[in-house]
Amino acid sequence: MSTSPPTLPLNRHAVVDRYFLEHRAKVLDLAAFLDRVDRAKPDAADSNRDFRLDSLRGAIALLLDGESDRAKRVLDLMSDPSTEPIDAAPMKGASGAWDGFQAGTTRDGENA
Amino acid sequence: MYIDPHVHMVSRTTDDYQRMALAGCVAITEPAFWAGYDRSSPKGFHDYFSVLTDTEPQRAAQYGIAHHTWLCINPKEAEDPVFAREVIDIIPEFLERENVLGIGEIGLNKNSKNELEILEAHLQLAADHNQMVLVHTPHLEDKRKGTRLIMDAIKNHGVLDPNRVLIDHVEEHTVRDVLDRGYWAGMTLYPDTKCTPQRAADIFEMHGTDRLWINSAGDWGPSDPLAVPKCRDEMRRRGHLEATIRKVSFDNPLEFLSQTGRFRTDVQPTR
Repeated sequence: MSTSPPTLPLNRHAVVDRYFLEHRAKVLDLAAFLDRVDRAKPDAADSNRDFRLDSLRGAIALLLDGESDRAKRVLDLMSDPSTEPIDAAPMKGASGAWDGFQAGTTRDGENA
Repeated sequence: MYIDPHVHMVSRTTDDYQRMALAGCVAITEPAFWAGYDRSSPKGFHDYFSVLTDTEPQRAAQYGIAHHTWLCINPKEAEDPVFAREVIDIIPEFLERENVLGIGEIGLNKNSKNELEILEAHLQLAADHNQMVLVHTPHLEDKRKGTRLIMDAIKNHGVLDPNRVLIDHVEEHTVRDVLDRGYWAGMTLYPDTKCTPQRAADIFEMHGTDRLWINSAGDWGPSDPLAVPKCRDEMRRRGHLEATIRKVSFDNPLEFLSQTGRFRTDVQPTR
């Protein structure tokens, strides 16, 4: 028999008290990372158009849209939206973002 | 007291067994996985399966930890289906070893056709030998697609009971679908590429604690064999009931794994 999810026992103020500094640091890390990318010498491929950076910028915009389920929607945004198996594995690893991502892409991978 | 139901101790030192025991670990399960390099022959897998069914149980028992394992060729080595089938052919020889719980961690890596073919071969192996299954889902951008392909493959195979299948490495975008289809689900606590202890606690609060567990998947990469007690601590800090914490870190893995008839938590330290 299913049971109800355990409710978060903390009130909103306690959540902010407990986690604010940790996430302040993460925002600063993110800001410094984007600054670092800007300061780095551009290469032939122009790193500002890297699909990983595009998806990261898309994720940042998503955080500010006022909607819930942010973690799920960020993961969806960075996911391969295709549904069929590929012919052959090109490598063993993963890059962390879908290489077809373009700015303006929705979380389902359809162009907005 | 807790169970880590997914950890690759072959890649860890004996000190990690000691630290896990001191943190309250009483049992683990170790799925077969990619060693970080491709093995050059099926004999390499024969040696690996011997380590998983003989060496590691003895190493774990020194610290009072019951060691169990799952056998397969990992999807990272499934791109050569002829080689993979040769490895699958030697698995039945090990299935009667007392610490073998089933077939795992099988699944997909890059969601290729060859990987899917070998996943289906593993599913047939599990069905032929009435084995339970532990499923690996792909990494990062490949996870959502791969999780769906895997669940479709199991459904299309039609023989395996979802209640005897654990789909691992779920995150916020896959957990609901896995649970809604009747499978058990595992959350892996990794520093960068899967769930943090905080996000795992969030997922319990959003999706409940039924058929859901946590594991460290500690291995040779960035990972933490003490991730499960750290998640327990995170839940305790938030004020969750001890019964809730015990459910996700002990009772749930015990319930799922006890279906094998081989799972135990009562090993006395041998050192």
